[in-house]
Amino acid sequence: MTYIIDRRLNSKNKSAVNRQRFLERYRAHIKRAVSDAVDKRSITDMERGEEVTIPARDISEPVFHHGSGGRRSAVHPGNKEFVQGDRIPRPGGSGGGGGGGEASDSGEGVDDFVFQLSRDEFLDYLFDDLELPNLTKRHLKGDASFKYERAGFATDGVPAKLSVFRTLQQAKARRIALSGQSRRRMVELEEGIAEAAGEGDEVTGMRLRSELARLERRERRIPFLDDTDLRYNLHVKKPVPTSQAVMFCLMDVSGSMDQATKDIAKRFYLLLYMFLKRHYERTEVVFIRHHTTAREVDEHDFFYSRETGGTVVSSALKLMKEIVDERYSPDTWNIYAAQASDGDNWNDDSPICGKFLSEQLLPLVQYFAYIEITQRSHQALWREYERLAGEHADAFAMRHITAPGDIFPVFHDLFQKREAA
Amino acid sequence: MSPSLDVGAVSRPRSSSAATTQRRTPISTTSDWTFDLIRELDHEIGLLAEEYGLDTYPNQIEIIRSDQMMDAYASVGMPIGYHHWSYGKQFVSVEQQYQHGMMGLAYEIVINSNPCIAYLMEENTFTMQALVIAHACYGHNSFFKGNYLFRTWTDAGSIIDYLVFARNYIAECEQRHGVREVEALLDACHALMNYGVDRYKRPRPISAEEEKRRQRERAEWVQRNLNDLWRTLPETMRRREADDERVFPSEPQENMLYFIEKHAPLLEPWQREIVRIVRKMAQYFYPQRQTQVMNEGWATFWHYTLMNRMYDEGLITEGSIMEFLSSHTAVTFQPPYDHPGYRGINPYALGFAIFSDLKRICEEPTDEDREWFPDIAGGDWLEVVHDAMRNYKDESFIQQFLSPKVMRDLRLFAIVDDDDDDAIEVNAIHDWSGYRRVREQLASQYNLGDREPNIQIARVDLRGDRSLTLRHAQHQRRPLGDTTDEVLRHLHSLWGFPVRLESVRDGEVVARRACPPESGGAD
Repeated sequence: MTYIIDRRLNSKNKSAVNRQRFLERYRAHIKRAVSDAVDKRSITDMERGEEVTIPARDISEPVFHHGSGGRRSAVHPGNKEFVQGDRIPRPGGSGGGGGGGEASDSGEGVDDFVFQLSRDEFLDYLFDDLELPNLTKRHLKGDASFKYERAGFATDGVPAKLSVFRTLQQAKARRIALSGQSRRRMVELEEGIAEAAGEGDEVTGMRLRSELARLERRERRIPFLDDTDLRYNLHVKKPVPTSQAVMFCLMDVSGSMDQATKDIAKRFYLLLYMFLKRHYERTEVVFIRHHTTAREVDEHDFFYSRETGGTVVSSALKLMKEIVDERYSPDTWNIYAAQASDGDNWNDDSPICGKFLSEQLLPLVQYFAYIEITQRSHQALWREYERLAGEHADAFAMRHITAPGDIFPVFHDLFQKREAA
Repeated sequence: MSPSLDVGAVSRPRSSSAATTQRRTPISTTSDWTFDLIRELDHEIGLLAEEYGLDTYPNQIEIIRSDQMMDAYASVGMPIGYHHWSYGKQFVSVEQQYQHGMMGLAYEIVINSNPCIAYLMEENTFTMQALVIAHACYGHNSFFKGNYLFRTWTDAGSIIDYLVFARNYIAECEQRHGVREVEALLDACHALMNYGVDRYKRPRPISAEEEKRRQRERAEWVQRNLNDLWRTLPETMRRREADDERVFPSEPQENMLYFIEKHAPLLEPWQREIVRIVRKMAQYFYPQRQTQVMNEGWATFWHYTLMNRMYDEGLITEGSIMEFLSSHTAVTFQPPYDHPGYRGINPYALGFAIFSDLKRICEEPTDEDREWFPDIAGGDWLEVVHDAMRNYKDESFIQQFLSPKVMRDLRLFAIVDDDDDDAIEVNAIHDWSGYRRVREQLASQYNLGDREPNIQIARVDLRGDRSLTLRHAQHQRRPLGDTTDEVLRHLHSLWGFPVRLESVRDGEVVARRACPPESGGAD
């Protein structure tokens, strides 16, 4: 007796729960591996998984087993040259180890446990316990997306949406309702006819029979299906609130910014972009670069073209304000801005920046992050911003980066989950 | 059912001339399988298997995808398992290796249940499905049904029900007491799993419904009984004196999980039940761990015999038999000790060699065979192999049936690695003076009692600190491995009071460990 069953259509991922438990248990290891990877990897290929290594001693499941030492014997196959009584020097000079691989005897192997995180898992761990500040402020209706939702039944619609079940139900109800009275009368009539026949009352019998025939004709005239029975599935269009964000990347491209500094900035921007993308359905990026004047450019120019000249930071801020006014109404957009600079600025300009930011820009934006990438001491711009940070702690943050290794910690620090105040 | 002589006589492989006269049309000439073909294959193989007297549970053949096979791997081949991170780890590692092409998946997994469930991979060719059906559905299946260890220790009819019970019970505990707590408990139990089996005492199989019914009674009863053991109320002096002399347990206990389940003072009833579940699992897998060589050897021997019969009868094509032979050769390949791919003795190779040799000894005995196996040389091979399958485990099977010829073919040699000696000594090889010693050493290599340290529960300090003392009887001066302290920590978490471990050699304590550590107690 044999049963043959096709299980191929059964759900996969039977082990998903166990896998999740495993990841949960080694969370600390995985997070460390992820954060190491971020430092090592070029940020452009951040969107892939990562190999995670967990030391064997942390992951082994302990059992009672024999350690090395003592006297142990073993049988091996494939003898070529040995005869009884041969003495073989110990391989490697260490005690124990039975000439070949006695893998089964010593319990766990000593190799570290290595496995691959998927891309999504990688990003999850990357942005774990980070959150966007002021996220809840603007969850707004976008105009783009609608969703159809069931909303009961309607009496008119297109044939394709006819609900057969509902329609027949309706028809049956109507037929019962329309014929109820006459059917009750028909039962009475039948009883009457039988009674009349029993008493031999021909006349009454005839009268009753003709009424019965009339009622039956009438009942047959009740239509099986009527226009009024038709019911259609009703779907209504519902706007789906979408949240959208725009991210402004502001960068100083004056002569003092070298490519290495720009690369650091680029990594920071990419992290921020990926992070925003995970939170908002629509994320747009605006690149603004500036030296003495500011210009909106595309991504390639933003990161790779070189310019020289002095630095006027306020020019970029003003351009950003213009663009916001023109295209990104704060009513419908979540606005984030990240500014990267080596800290150089025209001295007279720094107070203007401070004033402009606090009066014009900060009320519009969700969050404004400033990172200064420099090995030197801070200049006027940093001090001006420091004052700002004190006044607008919820919307403005600034950090100092000296090496690529700082990027992730600084990013992490900027977007750390805050306790609800 | 034992094969009668007649069956054996009928079933001798026919001579090639006889076979050619009654060749039948092949079941299939392409390499693709369909459900109808599988049904036909199974029918034909089943008929042949019956001729050879293979007594099996009904088969349940399930076709699965490769990712489902990985799931099956991860759950140690059980169709239903409770959740635990270690299975996730297993899954992750299989998935990793498979995706990187470092390992192929097995063609099948078979479960000791009634009906006997065999998973066949969708990717297999028609020939491979035939091989797998012969191997799993008739080879392993008849082994599960026939071997004395499986008959004694496992109850194929109720295992699936029990697994369902275990999974639901543990899920319920997780809801009630938190995933973390249950996981910690399972970690501790898994560490002691190998010491959760009765090696000698025979268990009574009970059905899953009964199990469920008993579970509630047991919870109450155990708690009451325990309180009696641990009673701290004042008693009369006389009774106390009597108690002080009492050693508990009266005999050393080998089944640690059983002892914990019944006597650990601080466990909650649900915790005892989980200990019991792990213990039952360990017991269920215990026969498999002792019959690797035999089980695989038996299944391999039969897929080889059945496939050749199929070919002789014309049921499979020449192309199929070539494909089959190439797989079969790969499976039974035994790399020599100095081969980079050497991973110890291949159970398929050794088991297949011994079973095939038994058949040879019966059919074409040499003088050597007559000297070594006077009982079976020239006998009925079918009866001999069935008897070997039924009544032995790896250790005794090798001790009994490993012939000089197999030792020569595999070129087996025995070494002794003694840490008192500066070199490894070859103490026997495949020659006249060495056969017995090689055989003895190989057999002991498969003795679980030798492979695992001999550790038993020696005593419990009932009136003092309630500590639990384990006794490790050292064998060949071999010390315990480096995870021992961790296992003791797990044991301590179960017992709730100090746990000590003494290693004893020749009646003398040579090493002590304890958890929590005691000053000057470490070795």
